[in-house]
Amino acid sequence: MDLAVNMQSAIAQGTLWGIMALGVYITFRILDIPDLSCEGTFALGGCISAVMIVKGVNPFVSLVIALAAGMAAGAVTGFLHTKLKIPAILAGILTMIALYSVNIRIMGQPNTSLLGEDTAFTQAIDALKLDQTMATLLVGAVISIFVVLCIYWFCGTELGCALRATGNNEYMVRALGANTNTSKVIGLVISNGMISVSGALVGQSQGYGDIKMGTGAIVIGLASIVIGEVIFGKRFNFMYILASVVFGSVIYRMIISLVLYMGLSTDDMKLFTALVVALALGIPAIKSRYSQKRIPGKGGNTAC
Amino acid sequence: MLNIIDVHKTFNKGTVNEKKALDGIDLHLNPGDFVTVIGGNGAGKSTMLNMIAGVYPIDQGTILLDGKDISDLPEHKRAYMLGRVFQDPMMGTAAGMEIQENMAMAHRRGKNRGLRWGITKSEKKLYKEKLAMLDLGLEDRLTSKVGLLSGGQRQALTLLMATLNKPSLLLLDEHTAALDPKTAKKVLELTEKIIARDSLTAMMVTHNMKDAIRIGNRLIMMNSGRIIYDVSGEEKKNLKVTDLLQKFEETSGEDFANDRMLLS
Repeated sequence: MDLAVNMQSAIAQGTLWGIMALGVYITFRILDIPDLSCEGTFALGGCISAVMIVKGVNPFVSLVIALAAGMAAGAVTGFLHTKLKIPAILAGILTMIALYSVNIRIMGQPNTSLLGEDTAFTQAIDALKLDQTMATLLVGAVISIFVVLCIYWFCGTELGCALRATGNNEYMVRALGANTNTSKVIGLVISNGMISVSGALVGQSQGYGDIKMGTGAIVIGLASIVIGEVIFGKRFNFMYILASVVFGSVIYRMIISLVLYMGLSTDDMKLFTALVVALALGIPAIKSRYSQKRIPGKGGNTAC
Repeated sequence: MLNIIDVHKTFNKGTVNEKKALDGIDLHLNPGDFVTVIGGNGAGKSTMLNMIAGVYPIDQGTILLDGKDISDLPEHKRAYMLGRVFQDPMMGTAAGMEIQENMAMAHRRGKNRGLRWGITKSEKKLYKEKLAMLDLGLEDRLTSKVGLLSGGQRQALTLLMATLNKPSLLLLDEHTAALDPKTAKKVLELTEKIIARDSLTAMMVTHNMKDAIRIGNRLIMMNSGRIIYDVSGEEKKNLKVTDLLQKFEETSGEDFANDRMLLS
């Protein structure tokens, strides 16, 4: 019974984290840039939203502010990478580190409790007479679906095509007259905006904003993407792939919930996640190593 | 048309790897010129094309295209006038995108990209017709990922994309060098066909001297960043490979005959 309750809660949490995974998908898979600023922007969203709610701002309005702040942070990474020519991974790290201080400044303290405050979830609970888990699931699912539809639409536009092509082949994109720097900045802005919203939602759902809440976000995002790809495969259309990222996030939360239930210490969680991602990302290499084994034939002499 | 005036470019200036790639290039192209460019390795052929395309900034000189000074324009802002095909068949197309999406990108070369659909229904019909001209069966594979195509197919597609909107100047940088002989021949025939059909102005770098003589109406030979021989019309038609080799040795005092040249 206890496990079933945990699972329901995990599924609900998975939809909230799924929005972050979609953000990571845009940079990591579409733009082919490993963007570490997401660790900072996830916490940024959580911190901004928490502070604003405590100050009496409507929790849904705080999501919009978190979106804007995340986009601004993405623009900073984009500026560092495209204008100052800093390698993408380092540009992301710089933004992430800078945001650590910014987040403390925003809250004036390392964390902000939302105990007894009105959040997006308490409003959903009151308005629709739901329990905590169902409210989380509803809010998470609605926003995830909205985000998936937005990304699907955007990737079909001229700008979206240029962005996808930039991740594929920059030479070609420039030769065809699109500015690859613009594409990269747009991608980073959208991605970090979404990640910040996800952080705001997770913060509201867990009842506090914390400067450390973004630690490991990139790995969790990657885990969700990879789990989605491994389980659902790259089939059908782009919408299916985007949905599989969210489902990957849900499944990741369920796995976490399960191993915790089975007695894994929360302190070992990050190690466990890292192992899962390393293994999942390494599967193609391991597979090809075994499938490429040469078939013994006349030309070879196995004896020597 | 194209006017290159006293263009210089040195790579890695002030280091031990300093390399004078272009040393005072002057070149004037008339509308409809189809120029073949030959020269040894490191002569500056590709660098010249890359300078016209704006891949790197030039150190000195002026490049005018259709009367417009493009010397300081970034690569993506010059693209609306230029069609380009590269030596590497992987470079001209996006492997992870569909054939029709690649063509749609090319169809919007140099235009402002906004939030309109990246590809429309009416375009798809146009692309199908254009692909049918290649005679590679690609017209039935509009939604296939380009990564599934062979090098020759990708190069043919790149050529089609480069000429989808008529460019002021078509730049072909050894675009058949990485293909097997049969495919290279096919792509070259296609190149001639498209250039003749649309009466394009084009520059084609090649290592094949026979092709360089046979194709186009003008031939230039480069060495150490300079144009050392410029021939057109009847004189070009009557050239022989031995003439070119001799010409090269005369003007440069070096032996032009590297293996790749003779064998091709």
